[in-house]
Amino acid sequence: MLETYWDPIWLTLRLAATTTLLLLFIGTPIAWWLARTSHWLRQPIAAVIALPLVLPPTVLGFYLLLVMGPEGWVGQITQSLGIGLLPFTFEGLVVASVIYSLPFTVQPLQNAFEAIGNGFMEAAATLRAAPLDRFLFVAMPMARNGFLTASVLTFAHTIGEFGVILMIGGNIPGETKVLSVAIYDHVEALEYTQAHWLSAGMVVFSFVVLVTLYALNGKARLGAIR
Amino acid sequence: MTDSRAICARFQCAFPDFSLDVDLTLPGTGITALFGHSGCGKSTLLRCIAGLQSAPGTMTVLGEPWQTETFILPTHKRSLAYVFQETHLFPHLNVRKNLEFGYHRISAGDRQIQFDDAVRWLGLESHLGRMPAGLSGGERQRVAIARALLTSPRLLLMDEPLSALDLNSKREILPYLERLRDTLAIPIIYVSHSTAEVARLADHIVMLEDGRVVAQGPLRETLAGTDNPFRIQDDAGALLEGRIIDLDEHWHLALFRFDGGQLWLRNDHQLKSGDRARVRVLARDVSLALTENSNQSIQNLLPAVIDQIDPDVAPGISLVRLMAGPTPLLSRLTSRAVAQLGLEPGIKVWMQIKSVALIA
Repeated sequence: MLETYWDPIWLTLRLAATTTLLLLFIGTPIAWWLARTSHWLRQPIAAVIALPLVLPPTVLGFYLLLVMGPEGWVGQITQSLGIGLLPFTFEGLVVASVIYSLPFTVQPLQNAFEAIGNGFMEAAATLRAAPLDRFLFVAMPMARNGFLTASVLTFAHTIGEFGVILMIGGNIPGETKVLSVAIYDHVEALEYTQAHWLSAGMVVFSFVVLVTLYALNGKARLGAIR
Repeated sequence: MTDSRAICARFQCAFPDFSLDVDLTLPGTGITALFGHSGCGKSTLLRCIAGLQSAPGTMTVLGEPWQTETFILPTHKRSLAYVFQETHLFPHLNVRKNLEFGYHRISAGDRQIQFDDAVRWLGLESHLGRMPAGLSGGERQRVAIARALLTSPRLLLMDEPLSALDLNSKREILPYLERLRDTLAIPIIYVSHSTAEVARLADHIVMLEDGRVVAQGPLRETLAGTDNPFRIQDDAGALLEGRIIDLDEHWHLALFRFDGGQLWLRNDHQLKSGDRARVRVLARDVSLALTENSNQSIQNLLPAVIDQIDPDVAPGISLVRLMAGPTPLLSRLTSRAVAQLGLEPGIKVWMQIKSVALIA
């Protein structure tokens, strides 16, 4: 009984944490490029990244299923690499979540980087800091609040994911049956008590996470002023 | 071109709103002012010198090539320091960490300016633990100057470092800048549109208009040239350098002697006898008489010889260049007065100097 509660929770947290971590690595250079470039590809790429915001999750899930399936090009690559097929695995969920949550990482970071402006980076250059040095020791710390916001949004958004997961992950306990799917299952089976426990738990958890991060964020701002 | 004691900069570049076309050889010591109205390209030129803005050209600093036709040394590899108008102190670092930012990025052997010295020169001892957001405008600019100096640069660039400050903060910073000029051997290129700042600080001046150099040379000669196309109407004037030789406590006056005469000044700066001083005499404050007429309110009368007469940029006005001994001065008269008095080069006249501004 307890396992049916904990499996989906643990899986969901694992998925959200993995996705957030990966997206911070993937999203940071993209956000930096978007914030600094005047390349003609800037607008099209920004639009592609924002697509998950407007597309129904099922559309995204459907195409991911096709692309990662045995006939899709990603599926061909993963198969030839001996990884097998990604749909209906935890790794498949991670890939889908990374794409689905990309705008929630990139946009706050891009805003934070844009807010820094050129002046501080130029000042750092005149103080002998090479480009990577400037990024690590000026841009990243100054965009601290952007990183916090991006992490919170990405994490929360991944936890709330449903449509994409249903399309690409199905409903395999311990592998792809995350919280939102489990709640749906319970409701379908008219097990309202279990659905309540999980739902209320999510409300409390999300609230605590957000309050903690807002508090950290506020403290950081106060620290900057002091 | 490869003078190892000079700064050579040649840039030619068309920007959307104006084009820059300069070929400069600047002295490797003292303060050189890049002077002109806003939009004349002086800040752009400074950014090109720093490598923050790319423009085709060549650039050599004290024998070290920074830019040639085929390569451009990136800014972070140039031994320069840059003081920005907006300071750009890193808001996430306290004053000490800001100062150490550049200091720690040069090798220990290159640190000719020591941390404690820079802190002391700019009076920052009690501010090291503070965050930039809590500092006043003047304090912030002092931190920015110290932070720049701590990279022990071969060239210090300053882009209107005082223009964002109020009058009190300006007064607070100027003595620090003068002390740096007098104690450090680092050449400084100082961008400004303020005649007062330039007159007080600079040794050498480059005047820019529409991206082109219209006059350059040692400050005193350049400011007093009538052919100087910059003559900013009311601001034209001569710069005198000399010493205070006597004080009149009763009337609150100081007697200033320069190469060419003596002038009484109001002693607003508590000068002492023997102090060095710079004095600015504006062309509009100098009138001319053919005879010495001491029966009047003007205290400062000096004999001089007319050197040159040119039309001013304003119609009906002439700019007269006079020599008091070896020192050039300017007088701004109506062209009618010039005609009625029969003024022409070579004539001896008396200058009646209505007001004299002490600037340092």
